Amino acid sequence: MNIVVAIKHIPSIADDLPVKGNNVDFDSVDFVLNEWDEHSIEQAVLIKEAVGGTVTVVGVDLIGELDNALHLALAKGADKVVKITADDPAADSHQQAKWLAEAIKGMGADMVFAGVQASNDIDGQIGPMIAAYLDMPYIGGTSAIEVSGSTATVSKEFPGGVGMKYAVTLPFVAGVQSAPKPPRYAPVSKVRQMAQTATVEKVAPSGEASSGLAFKKMAPPVVTGHAEMIEGSPKEVAAKIVELLKSRGLA
Amino acid sequence: MAQKYQKAVAVEKENIVVDGVDVSGHWNRMFEQRVIFEYTPELIEKIASIPNAESFANCYQCAKCVAVCPVDVVGNYGPRKLYRYAQTGMDLTEAPELWLCTTCANCLRVCPKEVNMVKIMPAAREQAILEGKFVPNELQQAFENTAKTGNPLGQPQRKRDAWIQSAGVPVPIIKDVGRPVDVLWYVGSYPSYHPRGIDAACAAARIFNALGIDFAILGKEEKDDADSQRLAGEKGLFEMMAEYNIATFNKYEWKEMVVTGPHELNAFKNVYPKYGFERPVVHYTTFLARHLDQLKPLLKHPVNKKITYHDPCYLGRHNGEYEAPRKLLEAIPGVELVEMQRNRENGYCCGGGGGGMWLDSFTAQHTTMRLSEKRAMEAASTGANVLAVACPFEVSRFTDAVKSTGNEHVDVLDILELLDRSMRGE
Ligand code: SF4
Ligand code: SF4
Repeated sequence: MNIVVAIKHIPSIADDLPVKGNNVDFDSVDFVLNEWDEHSIEQAVLIKEAVGGTVTVVGVDLIGELDNALHLALAKGADKVVKITADDPAADSHQQAKWLAEAIKGMGADMVFAGVQASNDIDGQIGPMIAAYLDMPYIGGTSAIEVSGSTATVSKEFPGGVGMKYAVTLPFVAGVQSAPKPPRYAPVSKVRQMAQTATVEKVAPSGEASSGLAFKKMAPPVVTGHAEMIEGSPKEVAAKIVELLKSRGLA
Repeated sequence: MAQKYQKAVAVEKENIVVDGVDVSGHWNRMFEQRVIFEYTPELIEKIASIPNAESFANCYQCAKCVAVCPVDVVGNYGPRKLYRYAQTGMDLTEAPELWLCTTCANCLRVCPKEVNMVKIMPAAREQAILEGKFVPNELQQAFENTAKTGNPLGQPQRKRDAWIQSAGVPVPIIKDVGRPVDVLWYVGSYPSYHPRGIDAACAAARIFNALGIDFAILGKEEKDDADSQRLAGEKGLFEMMAEYNIATFNKYEWKEMVVTGPHELNAFKNVYPKYGFERPVVHYTTFLARHLDQLKPLLKHPVNKKITYHDPCYLGRHNGEYEAPRKLLEAIPGVELVEMQRNRENGYCCGGGGGGMWLDSFTAQHTTMRLSEKRAMEAASTGANVLAVACPFEVSRFTDAVKSTGNEHVDVLDILELLDRSMRGE
């Protein structure tokens, strides 16, 4: 089983997001692995553990720091890692999808996984676009993938507690919503060992694509309202809440 | 917890024949030969074969440890029981028991065979982590945060010194001072980021200023000591952090390091030397007790409170400091100091050590009550209205615990905050 996982490095929102001009100030922000990609790596490794095969993780190196994420992937069970040396922190997901598809093309993948979306643009296009470029079917929003022979059973969850299972013939591309288990922990000693011993294959970016969208303005959200604390005894508070609901036409 | 593992059952016989002679009789009860072969030493050997966990096999089941184990008070635990569980089928590297020990060291204090959980647990946990066994979620999060952001809370490194805005006194950053200082104050992660920890950090800054101490902090260069992560089994993470911290400490000239937290004291004084760092480090209680003559005249305002003091395991049992915190509290006018039944060498653990700080929900599934709740109840039963602490883990733990046990009337305050109140009269 040859599984390829396409990952995306995105600006961290652990801190306030710095803005420069009409985009993120890429020089003063840390980059982290997209959370949904952590799940697609986990999903790939679980399949490899169940039926054997290899997991290749490939991503676009936007700021020259993708190695950290790739070493982490190796420590979690990936076999091979590839970075596309683009050095363009502003590359949008359509451009990244093109580069990824070109890099994945010759890999003979049975399955390609991508996080169903990334929190920086919530665009959700990387998976479908790779599928289009590679001329493979796409299934998005997966919550579990099991493989048997040349067929995969793919679970999806819908609102209201409805679940659905699909039988999908290989090869295909999946947009992973979540792995069936929380992503495993990679001990630091393993990650460091990978950093010292593993080889990261480099490929040059190839092909062009664009969403055709341009940023007009980027700004941190402005705090407009705030919660109102109602003081008093429980009875008084309850009375005030009723009053408020009535005055706003909600009761 | 009920007995979970396989147990030998005594089989009573109705008739018994020995060498062809029927020796049955109503006057005696007859049992089948004891089935000791049901027990296997394999799972004990499995643990004892891990480097540093050898002493697990020393246990001769005297049970002295169970009487002092804080986890046994709220569950079924202690080295003796772990040994027995292993004998009857528990693989420690896969069992929930792996995560319950707080490495408080009370069992080691009484064990005649030197069965040392402070070494066994980190070694067994490390093995489990390296083998990809189950790691509780909250703990995994704390590990990942430490590796990514330099602190277990996952707060941005850039904001590590943001707290100094609220101190109201100058807090020099060593990089900007540009000359040797007497004291490098290692603030710590919780005092830098946690709201209640920040209260203690601000109090410390005001006390150091009032005493005229020539001090500085590392500011944005400071990162977590990672000792509790080591005890929770993440040795690789600990080593990565230690390398960074030692290089940072050695960049600057200072005479003595003062730490806010006992875990940092343990790290820098007892563990970092193995990695080449050997410089003087003291806990703030020891440091301030040394300055008691200068401090006393500053403590002008009475704090009319009945106070009980909780010995942090890593200040007391692990580092032998029992008196300095008490001297400081007694120096505050108006304070009446009362002791809980378990104090000093036999102090009860708050549950935060050895990674317990990040295992609260996991531990709750395997114990009847949090250790911090048990301790909060003990504190309340002394009639005290203040529970004084000297570890940054404890303020938040006990603040929650007094609430959840209906003892809100007990204020949880760091000794630093109490000294500061007496200095400033609030
Ligand atoms: S005190 Fe030591 S020897 Fe005795 S039961 Fe406990 S671990 Fe075993
Ligand atoms: S170190 Fe403390 S918590 Fe762990 S087994 Fe010993 S007494 Fe119990």
